Amino acid sequence: MSFIELKNVYKVYKNGITAVADVNINIKKGDFVFIIGQTACGKSSLIKLLYREERPTKGQVIVGGINVAKLKNNRVYKLRRKIGIVFQDYKLLPKLTVYENVAFVLDSYGYKESEIKPKVIDALTRVGLKEKLRSFPNELSGGEQQRVCIARAIVNKPKVLVCDEPTGNLDATTSKEIMKVIDSINKELGTTIIMATHDQDIVNRMKKRVIALKDGMLIGDWEKGSYKLDETA
Amino acid sequence: MRPLRILFRSISSAFKSVFRNLSLSIASLTCIIITLMIVSIAIIFSSNVNYSTKEIEKDLEMVVFVKSETTEEKVKEIESNLQVLPNVEQISYVDKETAKEDMKKENDTYKKIIEGWEEGENPLDSYFIVKVKNIEDMSETAATIKNLEGVDTVNYVEDLVEKMVSTFQIIRNVLIVTVVALIFVTAFLISNTIKITIYSRRNEIDIMRLVGTSNTVIKLPFIFEGLFLGAFGSILPILVTIYSYVFLYDKLGGVLFHPLLPMMQPYNFVFKVGLILLAIGSVVGMFGSYKAVRKYLKI
Ligand SMILES: Nc1ncnc2c1ncn2[C@@H]1O[C@H](COP(=O)(O)OP(=O)(O)OP(=O)(O)O)[C@@H](O)[C@H]1O
Ligand SMILES: [Mg+2]
Repeated sequence: MSFIELKNVYKVYKNGITAVADVNINIKKGDFVFIIGQTACGKSSLIKLLYREERPTKGQVIVGGINVAKLKNNRVYKLRRKIGIVFQDYKLLPKLTVYENVAFVLDSYGYKESEIKPKVIDALTRVGLKEKLRSFPNELSGGEQQRVCIARAIVNKPKVLVCDEPTGNLDATTSKEIMKVIDSINKELGTTIIMATHDQDIVNRMKKRVIALKDGMLIGDWEKGSYKLDETA
Repeated sequence: MRPLRILFRSISSAFKSVFRNLSLSIASLTCIIITLMIVSIAIIFSSNVNYSTKEIEKDLEMVVFVKSETTEEKVKEIESNLQVLPNVEQISYVDKETAKEDMKKENDTYKKIIEGWEEGENPLDSYFIVKVKNIEDMSETAATIKNLEGVDTVNYVEDLVEKMVSTFQIIRNVLIVTVVALIFVTAFLISNTIKITIYSRRNEIDIMRLVGTSNTVIKLPFIFEGLFLGAFGSILPILVTIYSYVFLYDKLGGVLFHPLLPMMQPYNFVFKVGLILLAIGSVVGMFGSYKAVRKYLKI
């Protein structure tokens, strides 16, 4: 049974641009999926449909049993508690420490301090940042900031981790390290990973499922695939 | 426990926000303070006007003397003419014999005088005691009664009191209109403060939404912030109200510029006004922030 299901999904923006066109995808629990394609092919749009940052213009998006298209605004948080989101630009709060940046998620859910602490420490340990709890984001390297973002995304143990070019701003070595972290989350926690990327090296090395988009359309879906846009284009 | 914790965290976050945007908070607070001061004046003034008007109206009677030598039928006619007047609440007739007896009972001096009269002599006139409904229309009513056939003179509270009361009532109405206008201005200012808080925390709000914070949790701190601004802003007006009313009451000797117009006793009254100010401040503050949240926090 699929954990994530997209059926004939279209996304047409108000300006008339069709960013996603008739896409069908099924993703099982625990899968690791890359979404690749040239710039403006609709990767980010597709990902935003998953966490209801955008609504599909047509078609069905189902994530963990939630019909995303029909979700009311004041219920969106329920979906987002099942999805961890990792951003290219990290989106950390500059005035909070590393610990606080992760803890404030659970804090805002109303958890007790005694419940929050072990979860935050666990998440920061998983991304290898346990030593920098008290640092502020501007005292961290890009790779470290991305780790904080990942720790924040997994602190509530979501079923799925959605990453939109998490290595987009990082050099090759740092990117490799980040990919190790994401891979270990997939392996150790069984978290489903969906990751949009440009990075051919990463995709080729990891040998995971690859979904390729072009002009919003799905042009390939390979198990243990590689970055082979050119062959299909 | 979780809702309680969320509530507590919202409150502490709102509290911090009031101080974080201090200059803005001070602008809103100033406006609330001015508004509530005027609200306080309006409440105190109109309560006192209402109170003293009621006090006067309680025994607001006119004494209508009937011309001597008026026949009994004529008296009946006057009575029924009085009864149909719109401002007349109640009338009672005192004939001159009863008047004489009443006077005798009133005090010893009167008694001696009356006992000095010959048997059967009675220079007094019969009269009606007329209770009226509204003090404002009193002179008009008196004039009408005076024109009735068989009526000699009409005695009632001085004209001055009546004029004062109607002047007070005009002032009160102006105050009420001012207060309503000011309340709207204040609500708008608070809503503006909250709007700026929302903008300054937009980044944080966006992230909270992305990580699955519920809308209630996002909105609550802003609502509390408005409530705090309103409640904090009411502290000074409350203190000023309490002290200055007690002071004024003493200075004026407990009356509104005229012995017939009593002021309200300060105690309990000032505390009630204080509570009303606190309530108005909080409600206006919450209303202002609710509007800002509705308008600028599209979630
Ligand atoms: N909010 C929006 N309103 C209108 N058009 C949009 C919006 N977001 C994206 N688009 C358009 O939709 C198309 C797909 O954009 P999208 O961001 O999904 O591409 P992408 O594959 O993520 O590109 P990149 O690799 O550069 O991040 C583009 O043409 C873009 O201009
Ligand atoms: Mg993108």
